[in-house]
Amino acid sequence: MNDIAHLIQLLTVLLLAVFVGFEVISKVPTTLHTPLMSATNAIHGIVFIGAILVVGALFAGPTSPLLAIISIAALTLGAINVFGGFAVTERMLQMFKKKEGPRS
Amino acid sequence: MIVALSLVNLVAVALFIFGLHQLNSPPTARAGNRLAMLGMAIALVSTLLQTQGIGWWAILIGVILGGTIGIVAALRVKMTAMPQMVALYNGAGGGAAALISTLEFFVLASGKGENAVISVSLVLSAIIGCLSFAGSIIAFLKLQELMTGRPITYPGQQVVNGAILIAILLLAGWFIATLGTMPMLAFLGLLLCSLLLGVLFVLPIGGADMPVVISLLNSFTGLAVAVTGFEIDSPLLIICGALVGASGTLLTVMMGKAMNRPLTNVLFGAFGSGGGGEPAAGSGGPQQIRSASADDVAIMLAYASKVIFVPGYGMAVAQAQHSVKALADQLEKRGVQVLYAIHPVAGRMPGHMNVLLAESNVPYEQLLDMEDANPEFPTTDVALVIGANDVTNPAARNVKSSPIYGMPILDVDKAANVIVLKRSMRSGFAGIDNPLYEMPNTSMLFGDAKASVDALTSAVKAL
Repeated sequence: MNDIAHLIQLLTVLLLAVFVGFEVISKVPTTLHTPLMSATNAIHGIVFIGAILVVGALFAGPTSPLLAIISIAALTLGAINVFGGFAVTERMLQMFKKKEGPRS
Repeated sequence: MIVALSLVNLVAVALFIFGLHQLNSPPTARAGNRLAMLGMAIALVSTLLQTQGIGWWAILIGVILGGTIGIVAALRVKMTAMPQMVALYNGAGGGAAALISTLEFFVLASGKGENAVISVSLVLSAIIGCLSFAGSIIAFLKLQELMTGRPITYPGQQVVNGAILIAILLLAGWFIATLGTMPMLAFLGLLLCSLLLGVLFVLPIGGADMPVVISLLNSFTGLAVAVTGFEIDSPLLIICGALVGASGTLLTVMMGKAMNRPLTNVLFGAFGSGGGGEPAAGSGGPQQIRSASADDVAIMLAYASKVIFVPGYGMAVAQAQHSVKALADQLEKRGVQVLYAIHPVAGRMPGHMNVLLAESNVPYEQLLDMEDANPEFPTTDVALVIGANDVTNPAARNVKSSPIYGMPILDVDKAANVIVLKRSMRSGFAGIDNPLYEMPNTSMLFGDAKASVDALTSAVKAL
């Protein structure tokens, strides 16, 4: 019973986040759609945190070399998302300039 | 402690959402990205505190490897190659989700408490993660031209894909039904079949449909991350996954609308690959086209009062964005008003043209989307089409038999003069004749887009 209550809580969170997502993203102008995609790439880099949590649970017990390799692979892919995603978004956004902006 | 960490995660979520909100206009967008970065840093520290640094060496290796690869690639990638970069990042996220599922599988197999929710979400995140990973790799290979960008089709394609999907569902059913025994065979089969399906479902999708596929893969990865959140009981992952999933879905729908094609048609249609005779656009004879020299066009441009540039994938291929800006500068110096009209599916991903033009310092106020650009064409002296084809095809408006009939287009034909920069008379990706080229107010300027634009710039300068 407790499990089900907890599941419903999580589903509520999911549903609300989806609504917020649609609401926020629909305001993003077409001109920024590519940076939007790379920014969301960085945000789904949150799997990096998921990987840290699982590795924490896994390495608390005995592990094997295979599991260590899979862990490192998961952490690496997550880290690529986080660091690469934010870096490339930053690089793109600094190119968007106003017409009469200060020229440097 | 746990309460404090949850609170910290709540702050991180707020920063993500507010950061995305700030992407609603170019001046605030950078601050938005910084806020999201801050959110990620906060979440990272709180998570490391929570796990008390267990497995720190693996985390360190991951950060060094992934961080280096990610940042070096981000700094080096050419703006024209952004679609394949985003495809790779989508793949990395999906792959990470699938690997987390695999790890969680071993954690559970070692006898930790398993329940139906974990079991179902584990299976789902493995399937979606693998689909997204394999699909993104194929999309990358196509965009990077390491394999043909054309649709790859074979007889019975739909049947094969359907059979694999059924196999996946059966394996998933087996896995979930035998709760507690964690059948290794079912899990491995699931991973393999999902990877295979990911490859096969992107193969038949070709060049101009890429904006849809990239967006769809983005939403898949978001979904995989959200499901991973259920698997490891992390609201943080659920929320972030949902945000990304919503974003990807919204973009997918927008791209579909901009092509006037339902998603199923993009995924299963293999556009332009077979069937459907060429729509005879009137005469049926060879197209009556006029070709102009760079000098003629330069005079036309220099004495115009309003010019609209219409960039397409051809501009990206020729890396012509800087040349285009140089031409625009020359024209503006002579008092010509220069605007850019950008179709939602121009290029290979949403917003591709905007980023390229931003790279060459075109102010974003001059970039018009379709709704704002179309009312401008009737008062425009010259519309200069640079490497765009199907998105300017008037057949979409009035030829009912045309495969692109009903697709919203840029009304370049309403401009007083239309100049089309094109490599040759080969038809566009969809293989459809473009009646625009035969219209009396249209002239063609043949050659590589960059070379042509450079020639125009020097001709305008010489006037």
